[in-house]
Amino acid sequence: MALNASTLKIGDIHEEFVAKNLSRTQIVQYAGASGDYMPLHTDELYAREIAGYPGVFAHGMLSMGATGTMLTNWVGDGRLTKYSARFTRQVWPGDDLLAKATVTNIVEENGDTLVELDVVTTNQDGQAVISGTATARIDP
Amino acid sequence: MAEFKFPVDASQIMLFARSVGDKNPIYYDKEYANGSEVGGIIAPPTFVQASAQYDPKFPLRPTIGEPWFGSGKEATGLKPKAKDSSAKENKSSDSARMLHAEQQYIYHKPIRPGDELSVTTKRGNSWEKEGRRGGTMSFAETITEFRDSSGDLVVTATSVGVTTGKAVSQD
Repeated sequence: MALNASTLKIGDIHEEFVAKNLSRTQIVQYAGASGDYMPLHTDELYAREIAGYPGVFAHGMLSMGATGTMLTNWVGDGRLTKYSARFTRQVWPGDDLLAKATVTNIVEENGDTLVELDVVTTNQDGQAVISGTATARIDP
Repeated sequence: MAEFKFPVDASQIMLFARSVGDKNPIYYDKEYANGSEVGGIIAPPTFVQASAQYDPKFPLRPTIGEPWFGSGKEATGLKPKAKDSSAKENKSSDSARMLHAEQQYIYHKPIRPGDELSVTTKRGNSWEKEGRRGGTMSFAETITEFRDSSGDLVVTATSVGVTTGKAVSQD
């Protein structure tokens, strides 16, 4: 499952759709599972009338979690050593999310071989919603 | 500095994985997971967010018996402070302007069902920035350490929250 340093090179890319037509129900599911009940994400009336947004939008952490699926599918389970993300744009119900990782470096550290990745998730209009980095242990 | 316990169980991991759209059996299928490299069910990369469920003071969860700032009969359950101030000038508007800007995790070891993690939170840096889409933005960093029962670090999470001057515009 895990990646192998001998077959991996800088510039290699892995991408996956991590949401298609994101549903309001999935946003509710995430609120329930994470315990983040911020009404901005699940309460249309509050989002419009109190917060002044066009409607509810997904938790940034839902997008980061979904993007994590692409990462672990590629690098293997329990292999990530670091994962960080900036939330650059809101994600709305109905969005499609394409998550992409690009190899930026392969390094040796304390006897481990690590791959460094650039991570970006874009919506159906090609706009980045998440931009980040990740590091994972790979096989030498 | 706050501290609480975060007991991890298998069903919570399964529900969390479902909610981010992850169908990897490592998060729910014991038999599959036992035969895998990690040797058992583990939690997905962003799972520690669910520790909010156990944070006794987490503000984004309704407190039983107290008014909630989300909608009920009206758009917010909070009463305006004074006769001439609308609900929009209440605490709810601060919450509405609060967004998650950035999140970082450092993974020290996998989280497994049965773990009881100790959660410690401390404030990090804070700074301000003039934003194009959201007015003046105030950023604040929170660092959360998750340790197992032997006191070993499992995950270090750094979260950057931003309070914006106005609703973030969409262009």
